[in-house]
Amino acid sequence: MAEEKLSTRHLLGIKDINRNDIELILKTADNFKDVINRPIKKVPALRDITIANIFFENSTRTKLSFELAEKRLSADTINFAASSSSVSKGETLIDTVNNILAMKVDMVVMRHPYAGAGQFLSKHINAQIVNAGDGAHEHPTQALLDAFSIRQKLGDVEGKKVVIVGDILHSRVAISNILCLQKLGAEVMVCGPTTLIPKHIGSLGVKVEHNLIKALNWCDVANMLRIQLERQDIKYFPSQREYAMMYGLNKQILDNLDKEIVVMHPGPINRGVEITSDVADSKQSIILEQVENGVAVRMAVLYLLASQRD
Amino acid sequence: MQKRTLLDGQQFQITIKRLCHQLIENHTDFSNTVLIGIQPRGSFFADRVQSELSQILKKKNIQKGNLDITFFRDDFRRKDGILSANTNTIDFIIEDKNVILIDDVLWTGRTIRSAMDALLAYGRPARVELMVLIDRRFSRHLPIEPDYIGKQVDSMNSQQVRVSWKETEGEDKVILISESTK
Repeated sequence: MAEEKLSTRHLLGIKDINRNDIELILKTADNFKDVINRPIKKVPALRDITIANIFFENSTRTKLSFELAEKRLSADTINFAASSSSVSKGETLIDTVNNILAMKVDMVVMRHPYAGAGQFLSKHINAQIVNAGDGAHEHPTQALLDAFSIRQKLGDVEGKKVVIVGDILHSRVAISNILCLQKLGAEVMVCGPTTLIPKHIGSLGVKVEHNLIKALNWCDVANMLRIQLERQDIKYFPSQREYAMMYGLNKQILDNLDKEIVVMHPGPINRGVEITSDVADSKQSIILEQVENGVAVRMAVLYLLASQRD
Repeated sequence: MQKRTLLDGQQFQITIKRLCHQLIENHTDFSNTVLIGIQPRGSFFADRVQSELSQILKKKNIQKGNLDITFFRDDFRRKDGILSANTNTIDFIIEDKNVILIDDVLWTGRTIRSAMDALLAYGRPARVELMVLIDRRFSRHLPIEPDYIGKQVDSMNSQQVRVSWKETEGEDKVILISESTK
């Protein structure tokens, strides 16, 4: 047995892990992809582990995907949604989590509207933490599954050109993706209206382009992001219709490119805004593969973290 | 470190041939029997058995798969380090088939227990048999016994049995390694 190991006890962000960690996770995800395509999609590896899914913010895909990953690994799971809990009665984050941990939980999967919530928690509690999205900061498992999907579709991530289009300013997916893809040796460009591109994004070593057609002609993969209206307190562009005309991806644009590119979307899709239905459902789109791969990648993350005992 | 050779050269070939003939005795033409090698080292043995059988029976389509048991092991989180997995390649249906599980060395029996669990994730075989090249007898942790045995050896827990294959290590050989006591 190879003695490979993650360099971290928690998965708080792509920033904290190195290329070896990422490659180990992707390699392990290959094995789990095989598991979830069997007649019996379950392995007993995590049968003595309890995982709490704590979601302070709404989620469909990530929550279901984590829960399914945990169940496929035979872990016990408990779910917690802030909207239906005592958080509304004024309980603090540490109190909430400590109460959950008092029930003997080994691992916490947490989504929180504030950046750094996972980091904060990891300093105060004993359990291992997996960040399932913290504010506009990071969403590491999404980045890992995107890298996994690109690798599956194109054979490798190294040397590929990926453009991330849309609301970069409010997107945790964008930051995690940029870091993850760069660590794997891909070139990254961001594209969107000036107001939605952070001022100093260039310091991360990414290209910036405001013209969608130019960006698409440059890339091998286009990752289309949703406009995060819930995080926007002021107007960043005149109207959704105008945004769709300037930065929406439609079939006509796709067909007029000189090469065939891969279209990705982390979901939820706003059809007709950042991407039209005919593109989302075309054969160049790997949106549903991303969802399938999400389960395998999350299984790999949980498995690898669980194998590190204190 | 002391090494003692348990099997090599012609004797190695004869043992494999004998095992294949024993298989044929029970499974005739392998129309309803499949070979499953346990990853990583059992699959080399299974490859060899498959090619030997197809030579003897003049038959090309003897089915063989590789089974990885990593996620079914009972020592996850009890050992340091990560157990990293190998690939599964079972591209046929095992439901109602006779399955020959193949591994190179049988020691505590824990690998075979995991393998039986892992195998059931692919369906319900009619019958499962176990074939090993080396049986380290009297050292079982579980009530598991092989149906086909290449050679039985008596060994101590501190000793190691290592099987090398012509395809991967350049030589067919089984050695028993003992740490020298100083």
